[in-house]
Amino acid sequence: MTSTTDRTTDTATAVADVLKMPGPRPARPTAWSTSLSFGWRALLKIKHVPEQLFDVTMFPIMFTLMFTYLFGGALAGSTSAYVQFLLPGILVQTVVMITMYTGLTLNKDIEKGVFDRFRSLPIWRPSPLVGALLGDVVRYTIASIIVLLLGLVLGFRPDGGLVGVVASIGLLLLFSFSLSWIWTMFAMLMRTEQAVMGVSMFILFPLTFASNIFVDPATMPGWLQAFVGVNPISKLVTSIRGLMAGTVEMADLAIVFGWCAGFVVIFGPLTMRLYNRKS
Amino acid sequence: MLTATKLAIETTGLVKTFGSTHAVDGLDLAVPLGGVYGVLGPNGAGKTTAIRMLATLLPLDGGTATVLGHDVASEPDAVRSKVSLTGQFASLDEDLTGSENLLLLGRLYGYSRAAARTRSEQLLTAFGLDEAGNRQVKNYSGGMRRRLDIAASIIVTPEMIFLDEPTTGLDPRSRNQVWEIVRALVAGGTTVLLTTQYLDEADQLADRVAVIDHGKVIAEGTTGELKASVGSGALHVRVTDIATRPAAAALLRDVLEVPIVEEADPAALTARIDDPARVARALPALDDAGIAVSTFALGQPSLDEVFLSLTGRPTEEHAS
Repeated sequence: MTSTTDRTTDTATAVADVLKMPGPRPARPTAWSTSLSFGWRALLKIKHVPEQLFDVTMFPIMFTLMFTYLFGGALAGSTSAYVQFLLPGILVQTVVMITMYTGLTLNKDIEKGVFDRFRSLPIWRPSPLVGALLGDVVRYTIASIIVLLLGLVLGFRPDGGLVGVVASIGLLLLFSFSLSWIWTMFAMLMRTEQAVMGVSMFILFPLTFASNIFVDPATMPGWLQAFVGVNPISKLVTSIRGLMAGTVEMADLAIVFGWCAGFVVIFGPLTMRLYNRKS
Repeated sequence: MLTATKLAIETTGLVKTFGSTHAVDGLDLAVPLGGVYGVLGPNGAGKTTAIRMLATLLPLDGGTATVLGHDVASEPDAVRSKVSLTGQFASLDEDLTGSENLLLLGRLYGYSRAAARTRSEQLLTAFGLDEAGNRQVKNYSGGMRRRLDIAASIIVTPEMIFLDEPTTGLDPRSRNQVWEIVRALVAGGTTVLLTTQYLDEADQLADRVAVIDHGKVIAEGTTGELKASVGSGALHVRVTDIATRPAAAALLRDVLEVPIVEEADPAALTARIDDPARVARALPALDDAGIAVSTFALGQPSLDEVFLSLTGRPTEEHAS
């Protein structure tokens, strides 16, 4: 009995002391700083649950090998000829498909008590979501590097050199970050992660397959060509092919930047509106 | 006199509806600055919903609320900068370690990396978690989670802290520790708003209590005032021979002129007392009638009795 009393009294004294310890309250952190802190949280989660990296390591290998060998002979006469055409596209396909997990993870994460604390902090409101997306950018980078290395092994040779390749990945990361705001919106809207997954697949499959990733749209029927022509994924693939080959058209890049801005401007505020109302 | 007292929280006609459920249904609170204010009520009374609205986590469906002078609807950011929330379910990242949780929050409050680390170590030590600091929170016991949760709430000393059922599910030792922590917070000048469904917790900690039921305040005051509203006290009597209980009950009814309750314990009787002078006459009367008693005690009514008399039903009804 005595020891219990002593221990709790110790706690009281220690807590009283620790309350007096902090000096002046630090200045309010910037939006960028809090977003980075949440990005750090995402990386810590990868450290503790490394299985999270399964999708960004296995998908790229599976997609690249499967499609190169599946279509290579039939579409381009040989796999080495096809990989030259396919690789920029499969890079986009892989990373864009992986963005789906952003919504899944967030939908699960936001149900946890810790989001109550995040939402009660005096910080820039979107920073938990921006931070999660920044953490995902690291995952997308890993996937991109794996696809590129595998492509180089399979015979892909980018004429645009290192600058072209780095710029390609930069553009892809920017596009994925912007596109992810659609998934964050669905993560707020849907009640289960299965529902989020269903909607994401429903959007992503037509976007990636009805594009110029696998074949030249010239052989497609007119209505499909029309869709492929306006599909943002096609514009992204065209730009990345151009960057990798050193022949990029500024007009294509401008359209991609336009799509990126559009995604963020439309789905960012929609997400935040839902986030603020989430109970 | 009341106008001179600065209020930490003031709500008028606070309303929150979920579908057809009125979770909070016209809640009026006036919480003075300093000390512990208890919000007492059974499960489902609307305590958590009310606290979530005050912490700017839920939009208001009706009424107004100010926290430390700031309107929660129009100045949520000002409220967030002054108040810390410890939710009913630990508001911690289960996948991260205790130390990583504190580091993350320290950074979010604006500390540099080094300062956040120092603060995290100070807090872990003060809350007896230094050894557990590098373990993932999902492996913590209930008491450890609670302590880490409260530690996370005082990284920057808040002017006010909301504790939503801080001891629910804790063993008695952990509960005592949390109580000690709450007292230390108050001594440090922080105002504490505490919700609880435990009457003895409100009795132990709170200076004032609002009893809420079905989203409304049904009684408000110091714990002493609440008890007094039921009667000045309760008389507990146990007879030595259970056969004499009916005679004792009849005699007490005559002397005290109040209803006598025959308890489940076959030897026990209780009565609510309005006039303590009559009690002094009851003991000699029992003696004269040859009824021996083993207990004859005058005590304050418990908050359980207060709740029963306010709502017409015991609190246990909700627990089952």
